[in-house]
Amino acid sequence: MRAGRASDGVAKPRSLTGVFEKRMSQPKDFVIAPPTRFISVNWAELWRYRDLFLVFAWRDISVRYKQTLLGVLWAIFQPLITMVIFTFIFNGVAKIESGDGSPYPIFLYVGLLLWQYFSGTLTNASNSMVANAGIIQKVYFPRLIIPASTAVTGLVDLAVASVVLIGMMVYYGYCPCLAGVLILPLLLMIAVLASLGVGLFLASLNIKFRDVRHALPFVIQIMMYVTPVIYPVSMLDNHPVVKTLMLWLNPISGVISNARAGLLGTAPVDWGVLAISAFTSVLLFFFGLYYFRATERYFADII
Amino acid sequence: MSKPIIEIQGVGKRYRIGATKEPYLSLRDEVAKWFSPAARRARAAEEQFWALRDVSFSVEPGEAIGIIGRNGAGKSTLLKILSQITPPTEGKITMRGRVGSLLEVGTGFHPELTGRENIYMNGAILGMSRREIARKFDEIVVFAEMEKFLDTPAKRYSSGMYVRLAFAVAAHLEPEILVIDEVLAVGDMEFRKKCLGKMQDVSQVGRTVLFVSHDMGNISNLCSRTIWLDSGSIRALGDTKDVISQYVSSGAHLGGEINWADIESAPGNDKVRLKAVRIMSNGHATVDVMIDSEVRIEVDYWNLQDGAVLLSNVHLWDKMNALVLASANMPSASLSVDPWAEKPRPKGLYRTVCVIPANFLNSENYSIGVGIQNGRLEWQAWEQNLLAFMVHETGEMKKEYMGAWGGVVRPKFVWSTVCLNGENLD
Repeated sequence: MRAGRASDGVAKPRSLTGVFEKRMSQPKDFVIAPPTRFISVNWAELWRYRDLFLVFAWRDISVRYKQTLLGVLWAIFQPLITMVIFTFIFNGVAKIESGDGSPYPIFLYVGLLLWQYFSGTLTNASNSMVANAGIIQKVYFPRLIIPASTAVTGLVDLAVASVVLIGMMVYYGYCPCLAGVLILPLLLMIAVLASLGVGLFLASLNIKFRDVRHALPFVIQIMMYVTPVIYPVSMLDNHPVVKTLMLWLNPISGVISNARAGLLGTAPVDWGVLAISAFTSVLLFFFGLYYFRATERYFADII
Repeated sequence: MSKPIIEIQGVGKRYRIGATKEPYLSLRDEVAKWFSPAARRARAAEEQFWALRDVSFSVEPGEAIGIIGRNGAGKSTLLKILSQITPPTEGKITMRGRVGSLLEVGTGFHPELTGRENIYMNGAILGMSRREIARKFDEIVVFAEMEKFLDTPAKRYSSGMYVRLAFAVAAHLEPEILVIDEVLAVGDMEFRKKCLGKMQDVSQVGRTVLFVSHDMGNISNLCSRTIWLDSGSIRALGDTKDVISQYVSSGAHLGGEINWADIESAPGNDKVRLKAVRIMSNGHATVDVMIDSEVRIEVDYWNLQDGAVLLSNVHLWDKMNALVLASANMPSASLSVDPWAEKPRPKGLYRTVCVIPANFLNSENYSIGVGIQNGRLEWQAWEQNLLAFMVHETGEMKKEYMGAWGGVVRPKFVWSTVCLNGENLD
C-alpha cells in the first residue's frame, strides 16, 4: 500500500520551483575559512535565525512542564514556598526587617523573584551548550542562540510568579509609583545582560571543563548571601567597603533594591546605583559574549 | 556557464589525537599538566593528525556529487566543514547559496514533544522559517503517513514512525545546496526510495547535492560526478561510473584486509610471520558489518619451524580504545575444538579463523589486533590496531526500543519470567 502511494509527496513540485527560483535570484555568497583572530558578532545572521531562537525557548518552556501534575504552577510554588520559609526564619526568628517600613514578605518576594530569575538563567545558560551537544555536532546555526534562549525561558517563569506579587501588592495595599513601572524594563534588561554575560562565559567554559557543573550550584548558593535578597542594603551601612564592592560587582543588588523602591514606592529610585548596575551588566555581557565567540568555533570538536 | 556554486580550495583539517582520547577535560587534569614534567612531555608529543588535506574541487549549480571512501577517509570531516559545524584548519570554501545539511536524521527531535511540535522543532533546526514549515506542514504529514499520530509524544513512536517523520521533514528542505551524510542507511526500503525520489525530483529543479554514502547504488542513481576520498585527500574525481569502478576494482570499498606480500618485512620473527588478516562478513572482506551477521576474523600466517605449537589470539577494542574482549583458540577458551590446538605443526601456511557471533557486538566502531603465541605463551607476532570495522544497525533489536543501546557489546540473552506466588491469575 505504501508503495502505491510513493509518489504522493513528489506530486507538487510547482510550489518548490517557485520558492527556489526566488532564492536563486538573490544568492548569498559566503566564505568558510580558518578562524581569524578578529572576533565579531554577526547580528544580521542572528536576526535571520530569530525563528530558531524562539523555537528553542518554546521547546524549553514546553518540555519543562510536560508530564507534570501541577504544570506551570511550579513556577509559582518555588518562590512562594521559599518566601514563607525564609520569612519565618529570617524575619520571625532572626529578626531581619525590611528597613523601609514595608512588610517583610513582600519585600522578600520582590528580591526572590529577581534573584531566581538571575540564578535560574545563569544556571540554564551555563548548562545549555552541553545539554544540546547532539544538535551542535550535527547542524550549524549561530551558537549564541542556545544560551540566549534560556533568558526568555526564565522570563516566562518570572511573569507567572509575578501574579503572586500582584496579589500581595493588592493585599498589602501598595501601588507602584510611575517611575517604578517605567524602570521595570530597564531592570529586567540589566538582569538579562548580567545573567547572560556570566552564563555565556560559563557555557563555553563548561564545554572544555565540566567542573563548572559541580561548582555552579555552590557558587550560586553563596552568591545569594552577597545579594540583598533577604536583607536590605541599608543593613550594610556600617560596612562601607562591602557595600561598595557589592554595588559594583553584583549588578543584581542594584536591580533588586531599585525594584523594591519602584514597586513598593518606599524610596525614590536611585539613579546612581542603577547606572552602576547597568554599567557592570553591560561590561559582563560583552565579556561573556567575546569569550563565547572566541571559543565557539571549536565547540563541535571538543564537546 | 555561471560561477560554481561551491568552490573548495586547498581545504585541510587537523585534529590532535590526544584531544580525541579524552572526551572532556577536568580542570584538575589541566592544572596537573602544567606542573608535571612528564605530563607536559606527553602533551608536547600529542600527535597531530590531518583528517583532511589539500582538498580542492568545485561544484556547478544543479549538480549532484557523490562522495565515497573508506571509514576514516575524511568524508564526514568534509561534510562537517561544508556545514560550518567545524572550521577548516587551512584553505577556503566559497558558497554561493543557502546550505542545508542533513548529517543525521531527526536532529533535535525531543521525545517529550508531539509529532506536530517536533516537525516545527526539527524544521527550524534544519534552517526553515516558521512560515516555511507552516506552509509545508500538511505535505510533510502526508508524506510521513503520520496523520493519526500528530499529537502523540515522539517517545511513544515506533522506530519506523520516528524515522519516517524525520525523513519527511528533511525531504522538504529547500536550500540551494544540500549536504547529506549516509542518513539514508536507516529506515525501511520503501520509504527510503520515496525519499530518494523526492530528493531527485528537487535536484532536477536545480538543487545542488553533496551526498556521502556507502551504497554505490544510491550514488550512481543520484550523482553525476563522484569524489573518492582516501586518507584525507582526493584519490579520484570524475564521472560517477568511472570513479566507482576504480574504487571497486581497488578493493578499497571492502578494505577489511591487510596483506604482507614480503615475508621478510611482515610482522613476526624467524619462527612465525603474519601473511594476511581479514575481517569477513557474508563471504567477503569488509569494514562494514551488519549487526545481525557474524564476523569472521581470519589470520593467515607462516609457521617457519617444524614441530612448533602455536596459539592464535584476537583482541577487540572499542572506539574509546577500551579492550572489549580477548580470545584465543586454546581448548578451554573456545566453543569448538581447533584441530591444530596444542599440536606440533609442520612448517607451512596456516589460517586460523575466529567467529564472533551475530547479534553480539553493538552498532559502533571496533578495531582488532591479532597475535600468535608459542606453546610457552611467548608472543611471536603481535599487532594492535590492524583493522577497524563498523557494525551497522539493521533494525534488529530496534522494534520495541528505538533509542541507542548502551554498552560496548549488545548480546542477546535468554530471558524468562515466572510468577512466584503460584496462583493462576485468570
